[in-house]
Amino acid sequence: MSRALRYSTPAIALHWLIALLIFVAFPLGVYMHELPLSPDKLKLYSYHKWIGITVLVLAAIRVSWRMTHTPPPLPAGMVAWQRHASSAVHGLLYLLMVAIPVSGWLMSSAKGFQTVWFGVLPLPDLVEKSRELGDLLAGVHKALNFTLLGLVILHVGAALQHHFIERQPFLQRMGWGKKERA
Amino acid sequence: MTRHLTLFALLAALAAPAAHAVEYRTVLPKQSTIHFEFRQMGVPVKGGFKRFTTQMAFDPARPEAARARIEIDLASIDAGSPEADDESAGKLWFDRGAYPKAIFVSSQIRAVGNNRYEMHGTLTLKGRSRDMVVPVAYVPGKNAATFDGGFVLKRLDFGIGEGMWADVATVANEVKVKFRIAATGS
Repeated sequence: MSRALRYSTPAIALHWLIALLIFVAFPLGVYMHELPLSPDKLKLYSYHKWIGITVLVLAAIRVSWRMTHTPPPLPAGMVAWQRHASSAVHGLLYLLMVAIPVSGWLMSSAKGFQTVWFGVLPLPDLVEKSRELGDLLAGVHKALNFTLLGLVILHVGAALQHHFIERQPFLQRMGWGKKERA
Repeated sequence: MTRHLTLFALLAALAAPAAHAVEYRTVLPKQSTIHFEFRQMGVPVKGGFKRFTTQMAFDPARPEAARARIEIDLASIDAGSPEADDESAGKLWFDRGAYPKAIFVSSQIRAVGNNRYEMHGTLTLKGRSRDMVVPVAYVPGKNAATFDGGFVLKRLDFGIGEGMWADVATVANEVKVKFRIAATGS
């Protein structure tokens, strides 16, 4: 075993930071939209948007990093379909980390509420205010999120399966447990 | 011939001040607008009122005699979203069941030069009346004149957004109001 089986430290940090933010933003999104209008609802919507745009920024950094750094190779024992599945799921996860915040940002503009990151940095409204477009983008945002939920379950399930059932040192790839050294 | 020309010049001279003496009384609702903007969690939100009636009389030669009365149907609000439109009708906001209208009545209009005026008057909203001064710009036009004005309303002065909504960190106290009234002299 060499250290090369572990992602680089920035990649690991970005992975867990983004994971944490998604695990806050997703249930927040599900919860907040059912609430009757109140100042708390307005606050939660803002926090949700701020977290989402933070994910977008971190995902952009992360994808750039990923494209310029070789990830650790998959365990030699992994069969071809698993390699393909892994690559496809990772690709889709990266895509959704960008597409979901962007769909939320556009939805917010279409509904007539500009997104102002942390209440300080206004993002441009890339679409006009429109009830139809707002409802459509809300549907898109929701569908992408439930796709993400499914993919995250697959992703976590596969990692745990490789680690605990196939006894491959899989979680170490993302910095879990002791560093493996040559 | 000379006499005719003299008469014509005389008539023209008489007609000229008459053209200036037009008094604007007929408001064109379709070309008149009331918009507002406020900040919610630091985000600017735009809205407006679709239905309002304006009674006015304005003669640029005698601004001191001018007057205006604007009645806004609060049910015609666009508060930025359908959810906010509904919410605004409630007791904490406009309490529209008891106070369906906002009414502004001018008391005095003062010329400040350059087609600009100060309109003093009283705004009554949700049973509360406040004196205010609204700057108005008069723009003469071919078919209609327009009167553009704007002011900053502090919603809490009128109890607009009480209780949980009184927190101005969520919904700002300041509401920028802008209006355009178009009127003809006929």
